[in-house]
Amino acid sequence: MLDILKNPWPWYVAGPLIGLTVPVLLIIGNKAFGISSSLRHICAACIPANIPFFKYEWTKEIWNLFFVGGILIGGFLAVSLLANPNPVVIHPNLAAELSTYGITNLDSMVPVDVFNWSALFTLKGFIIMVIGGFLIGFGTRYAGGCTSGHAIMGLSTLQWPSLIATCCFMVGGIIMANWILPIILSL
Amino acid sequence: MQDINKDKIVIDGIETAEEFEVRSLDAMCINESQLTHKWYHNLKYMVVGIAFGIVFIKAEIISWFRIQEMFRFQSFHMFGVIGSAVMVGAISVLLIKKFNTKTIYGEAIEFHSKQFNKGQVYGGLLFGLGWAITGACPGPLFALVGSGATVIAVTLLSAIAGTWTYGYVREKLPH
Repeated sequence: MLDILKNPWPWYVAGPLIGLTVPVLLIIGNKAFGISSSLRHICAACIPANIPFFKYEWTKEIWNLFFVGGILIGGFLAVSLLANPNPVVIHPNLAAELSTYGITNLDSMVPVDVFNWSALFTLKGFIIMVIGGFLIGFGTRYAGGCTSGHAIMGLSTLQWPSLIATCCFMVGGIIMANWILPIILSL
Repeated sequence: MQDINKDKIVIDGIETAEEFEVRSLDAMCINESQLTHKWYHNLKYMVVGIAFGIVFIKAEIISWFRIQEMFRFQSFHMFGVIGSAVMVGAISVLLIKKFNTKTIYGEAIEFHSKQFNKGQVYGGLLFGLGWAITGACPGPLFALVGSGATVIAVTLLSAIAGTWTYGYVREKLPH
């Protein structure tokens, strides 16, 4: 049993479990599933700086901060108790492509050849870790939600603006992964 | 620091309707309840978050490599995860509406519908770029930090800075 839990979970187990988060949050407290809003609540709580967009009662959304705090703890528990003993298996074409950029270590969730503290101070590392993060925070709020709020909660409640947002997430991602990221990784 | 305290007083003075309007700006997920609870009631959301974080790691949704495979159409995994999550979510919402299910506190479950604005296109594209570079959306950022990828804390702080900057320039952007 433990072995089954330790191996990577297939999509048909993980997907439905993620989908169930929607009714669980609604039933335990009328909460709409969304994660990127937590970044806004952190701004409203810590650095509102008199900006109208951050002048609201963030304490009414404090559940969201407990939720993301839980995600962080869950990440810790999963790697400490249920770590996958085998290396990650990736598509051979991707492995071949990445090796041309010097990414050969596939042991972690993120390629440690790129994501590490000393790389942070190189141009490539700065673009990937800092600019990348900035785009996530800026883009999700401009779009009004992220993969959870728009793609999962929004599509589950059949909202067409969420379908447009989700398509745009995919288009942006496809453009970056296939045409821009190769240039960044070659830096 | 003093400024924050001053803001708080202002916030307390804002009327509820107006405050809700500000809070629901550019947010898919807004939550309004007339009930007040002790702080520890929030711990149940933390438990759901923990379960969620474990699924994130175990299904390798937070893996940079899986995201690269998705955007290169080299693997069905992520499409399967998102697709089946939406199916289960949609069926659940349908059942909640059909049976008029109440929350555990007996409140009626509310759904807020969202208006289209250009931000969903421009912001969506920008987020897509960031998603593919970092291999993470906001949820995975938290799970990755927890999993020991400490440098991702910088990416998370940068995402908070991005959200703040959006708030700062919001009025000047096309919506």
